[in-house]
Amino acid sequence: MPGLMEKFRKTDVYKSIFRHSYQDTQRNRALQIVDNVFLHLHPVRVSRHATNLSYTWGMGGITLLLFLVTIITGVILMFYYRPTAQYAYEDMKYLMNDVPFGPLIRNMHRWAAHAMVITVMLHMFRVFLTGSYKPPRQFNWVVGVILLVLTFLLSFTGYLLPWDQLSIWAVTVGTNMARATPLLGHEGPFGPELGMRPDNDVRFLLLGGTQVGPPTLLRFYVLHCIFLPLVASIFMAVHFWRVRKDGGISGPETVKRISS
Amino acid sequence: MPEENVGNRQTVAPTAIKPESSPAEAQRSLRSPGTAADEVPTIVAVPGPRKAKQDRPPAIDQGIWRMNRRNFLSVAGWLGFLGFIFASVVGALRYMFPRVLFEPPEKFKAGFPDEYVIGEVNEKYKDEQRVWIVREREGFYALIAICTHLGCTPRWLQAEEKFKCPCHGSGYYKDGINFEGPTPRPLERAMITLADDGQILVDKSIKFRYELGEWGKPGSFLKYTGT
Repeated sequence: MPGLMEKFRKTDVYKSIFRHSYQDTQRNRALQIVDNVFLHLHPVRVSRHATNLSYTWGMGGITLLLFLVTIITGVILMFYYRPTAQYAYEDMKYLMNDVPFGPLIRNMHRWAAHAMVITVMLHMFRVFLTGSYKPPRQFNWVVGVILLVLTFLLSFTGYLLPWDQLSIWAVTVGTNMARATPLLGHEGPFGPELGMRPDNDVRFLLLGGTQVGPPTLLRFYVLHCIFLPLVASIFMAVHFWRVRKDGGISGPETVKRISS
Repeated sequence: MPEENVGNRQTVAPTAIKPESSPAEAQRSLRSPGTAADEVPTIVAVPGPRKAKQDRPPAIDQGIWRMNRRNFLSVAGWLGFLGFIFASVVGALRYMFPRVLFEPPEKFKAGFPDEYVIGEVNEKYKDEQRVWIVREREGFYALIAICTHLGCTPRWLQAEEKFKCPCHGSGYYKDGINFEGPTPRPLERAMITLADDGQILVDKSIKFRYELGEWGKPGSFLKYTGT
């Protein structure tokens, strides 16, 4: 068996995927990070203080983990869910009552999504408390705020998909705020003056109609499953890359003085 | 590298250059004596006519044009590209506004006036049309069943004689005036008239708002005192 493993390690396939050994040298450890398309977003070196859980709370990493959970469980849910007014609610009920492990998958998706909103905000709170939004990290703070908004939008669009009374009316209430958008809403400042009506303003764009209906379900489904995750992934890549470029996780002043 | 040698050249070089080269060049050679050994021949040589760079277009009179041909093509290319992107974005936005809406029509007929009972809030058309038709002694009015707070559908509570919104607790009297909860204004009334065939005709696209003093306008109330 070890001989077989040794043979396998010498194949081109193995060497294409695992390009570096486990050799514990500075150079090799750096190469393992740099030569991996996923890991290279991560800083090559992490200072000791940055691994201190009481400093970072690990909230950024947990948020990423929860995002991945929602991605995987979400794809699995898509195999049963049809985003039409006729089937959406029944497919949700079917998932919850008859599909093997359906309730588990749906609840994982639901709770991971709820938890993600909480961890994103805690992450933001930590960044604020440690002053990590200050230069040179101010751009990454802005990227983080965009990611916060994207997380809210993902939550909001996902809320409609069960297509029950709670979700329909919650989204009715939520999207009614778009009526009051300045310039672009038909009840907002300067909206009517610019020719905004219920059937051509920004709320209409969101709903695909003048009220929450089947087109809304379809739009929210596409936003929830494709558009927003795609945009969020792009911004997350930038977010992690910026952490590396700005010198890794910020450190307290005392740590810097000791290490220098 | 022997230093004496360098020192000698430093003294010699300026005198040798003087007759042929400009004073600026002579100064430059003075400032960097360390490399003088290499520079001397180039300085002494008589500078020929400057060779024109090949990639530089000949200076021409552009007349009224403030841009040469190459820049024009570059700008035109970029404008074309940006125009394409702009048109694509506008087209994609327009794509999101369909021409046909599969929604219930704004106008509907609500039966004959005699079918209604005086003092009753009729909920027959609430599910499909989101409208209550209220029969009073003097006539009819149509209340739109959309809470003016955030758009939920209130419920008519017969026992309490009020409309109550389940979302945030807004309450309205039977005539639509708000009296409790977070709602900022009364319910809206829809245009109500009699159609040619004698049926009640409700048009939801024309709304009457109490706070704008519109409840007295024609169409906001259907006078009917027949049996």
